[in-house]
Amino acid sequence: MIQTEYFLIVSAVMMFAGVFGFFTRRSTLAILLSIELMLNATDLNFAVVNRMLYPVGHEGYFFTLFSIAISAAESAVAIAIMINIYRQLKDTSADKLSKLKW
Amino acid sequence: MDYSQFLYMHEELSLLVVILLLFLADLLFCKDSRRGGVYNTPLPVVLLGVMTIFNALPIAEISFEALGGMYHHTPMDTIVKTTLNIGTLVTFLMAHKWLARPENLVKQGEFYIVTLFTLLGMYLMIGSGHFLMFFIGLELASLPMAALVCFDKYRYESAEAAAKYILLALFSSALLLYGVSLIYAATGTLYFDQIGLANTPSWLMLCGLSLFLGGMGFKISLVPFHLWTADTYEGAPTVVTGYLSVVSKGSAAFVLLLVLAKAFTIGGIKVDWQIALFWVIIASITLANLFAIRQSNLKRFMAYSAISQAGYLVLGVMGGTEPAADGTAQGMTAMVFYLLVYLAANMGAFAVINVVEQNSGKLGIKDYNGLYQTNPRLAFLMTLCLFSLAGIPPFAGFFSKFFIFMAAFNAGFKVLVFIALVNTIISLYYYLLIVKAMYISESDQPIASFRSDGYTRAALAICIAGVLLLGVAGWVYNYLTEVGVQSL
Repeated sequence: MIQTEYFLIVSAVMMFAGVFGFFTRRSTLAILLSIELMLNATDLNFAVVNRMLYPVGHEGYFFTLFSIAISAAESAVAIAIMINIYRQLKDTSADKLSKLKW
Repeated sequence: MDYSQFLYMHEELSLLVVILLLFLADLLFCKDSRRGGVYNTPLPVVLLGVMTIFNALPIAEISFEALGGMYHHTPMDTIVKTTLNIGTLVTFLMAHKWLARPENLVKQGEFYIVTLFTLLGMYLMIGSGHFLMFFIGLELASLPMAALVCFDKYRYESAEAAAKYILLALFSSALLLYGVSLIYAATGTLYFDQIGLANTPSWLMLCGLSLFLGGMGFKISLVPFHLWTADTYEGAPTVVTGYLSVVSKGSAAFVLLLVLAKAFTIGGIKVDWQIALFWVIIASITLANLFAIRQSNLKRFMAYSAISQAGYLVLGVMGGTEPAADGTAQGMTAMVFYLLVYLAANMGAFAVINVVEQNSGKLGIKDYNGLYQTNPRLAFLMTLCLFSLAGIPPFAGFFSKFFIFMAAFNAGFKVLVFIALVNTIISLYYYLLIVKAMYISESDQPIASFRSDGYTRAALAICIAGVLLLGVAGWVYNYLTEVGVQSL
């Protein structure tokens, strides 16, 4: 039997890899990938907590299912916006998104 | 299964009916050549208005829950939903001229339907009794909002604003979800009332709570999480900016109060979020005020003004999630009243900014120099709205600020109320800068005088009526107090 902590460590590492990527990546698509990593970490967390700590009921599993569906919708909208930016700038680098500031 | 529980959810369902009717009307009766007729503004406004009246009149005097506790409803929810409906109505009225532009003709249907879907998301958020329902509502409110922000497809600023909005929205909702998963690990449930019962202070719970507060802080745009606000507000179409600053923000603030009251008030954890919110409110009000002073673009200026107003709104959360000494829900009542008044004043200001932009294309504060000479009535209405936002006595803004300060003061946050009071005076300075530009400053090329369209006039009439009457009509606040007591 694998202990619960190991799963939680994996999900925490995934989460903070995502946070790190969000702040350091320069391409908006890579930023989007980092966000997906964070969302997957939370999905893992919900599933593990439900399976290991509270095996009665399925709240965590259902939350995971809904969260996966919603994150797919999120990336669809985000990529549509990136495409719109690419059409106008021919670039999706986050550094170029600098017209609006201060 | 008991299908009668869907009757309790009649507000959400009737909004869905409005969305479907608009969708069918768009599909069947609105050929591209006939756009700008009944579909641009009269049809959506009539449908939404009928739905608002239908929902607001028979206010159920009871609280109930449906879907096995996933959906909660209290009489105060109806009031807030009606307020949000009025805000959306005003947005639709303002949008008429913008949607009549040639590049927007084919997109009219999308604007109404997408806006109403965000409204549906806010309804679900307000009615939620479970974190799953809350999360679905939150995403339904924020994803279509990104589509609205980049609605001006051929204007680069709009796309950039949307990119900043959606990346930070996704980031913050991922953090919020991680927080929710930690709360689930600590308590073993996702129902708000059961979390409230199982609530014992632990590090896990504290981490979850702080991540949750961060996610909500993004939605309300409180200070450490406000970095997207000014950019998004500047780049978005002015109509959408108005909607974002009032309806989206107001609903999120009310939801924050509901969730904190239901899930995080029992047990020792209340003190923790009060300390967190204490500093967040001080930072929001003060920093946003200081940044607002140095803005030269009116929409950016309104963004910082909206951040500081959000700080005052959240002051209502501090004011009380529990019954006050005299048994009234003072914090909740003051917050809803503040939201109502803020809606009238801010929407009025945005209606003026929008109509000026549509007719002259100008958005800078300097461009407003001499507006009083060319468009005296618009300048006067803008002045009323700004005075109300600043909280000058005869207008409603004074009373709403007074009630919210009173609620926080009675809850024991005297220092916080003092800092907020000092900031009210700072905010008076920068609101008066606009008034000075319009009345006193001379300009070589003032904005030419124009006649605004009938729909904008209707929107302005609603907002000005709110600004002038809400403060004087004392029964509004008394009525809210009564409803607040029933909603406890």
